[in-house]
Amino acid sequence: MTAMESMLLKGVTEAVLIFLTLAILFAFIRLVIGPDPADRIVALDLISVLIVAYLGALSIYTGERAFLDVAIAYALIAFLGTVALARFRERLAKKSRNDETHGEG
Amino acid sequence: MQSLILRTATRLLVSLILVFSIYLLFSGHNSPGGGFSGALVAATGFALYTIAEGPASVRRAIRIDPRRLIVFGLALALASGLAAVFAGKPFLTGLWWTVAELPDYTLVLGTPFFFDVGVYAIVLGTILTIILALEES
Repeated sequence: MTAMESMLLKGVTEAVLIFLTLAILFAFIRLVIGPDPADRIVALDLISVLIVAYLGALSIYTGERAFLDVAIAYALIAFLGTVALARFRERLAKKSRNDETHGEG
Repeated sequence: MQSLILRTATRLLVSLILVFSIYLLFSGHNSPGGGFSGALVAATGFALYTIAEGPASVRRAIRIDPRRLIVFGLALALASGLAAVFAGKPFLTGLWWTVAELPDYTLVLGTPFFFDVGVYAIVLGTILTIILALEES
């Protein structure tokens, strides 16, 4: 790789990291204000996808291969987090519906 | 939870997660990973399977009681430590055997690997016990 190419790569990955940070910030705002729990779950899922992208860019930027392992592990585990939260929300909705139809108790 | 999308996605993902967990176990010696994190990733896969298919099918899939996995792991870790004692060295000293001499490098196998497999079995057994107990209650 020539000096020109490595300089270009450095600049591009820096820009990618900055934009991904901004995207995570916007998703975080949605996580805080999201009126519905479902909005918050989607925001959390979006943040985890962005973190995977961030880890990939960071791996290129630092030249550290270990970040790719972290990105794979995080991508696999984030799915479980979203599924578990969605199931929790489903149970909560079912419970409140039962409370409405059967009154107290 | 009966969701066709989740069950189909889980069938694909669980195998991937388990393969990655084995990769973490083997690569743990000289890069990030190891028995503990590998077992955590494997437990994540089984947790996903529990959510999609229910605890009964997880018990069928792993075949043995997770508590036996803990006992097996502890025994393996202890045995890998005691192997050094029988060789006349301090407890838990790493012993290495050369498995194969290849042209470019030599393949060695040591007691630290068996210790790591023991840690893997202990952590996986503990987390599976907790997950299955929580789901079945």
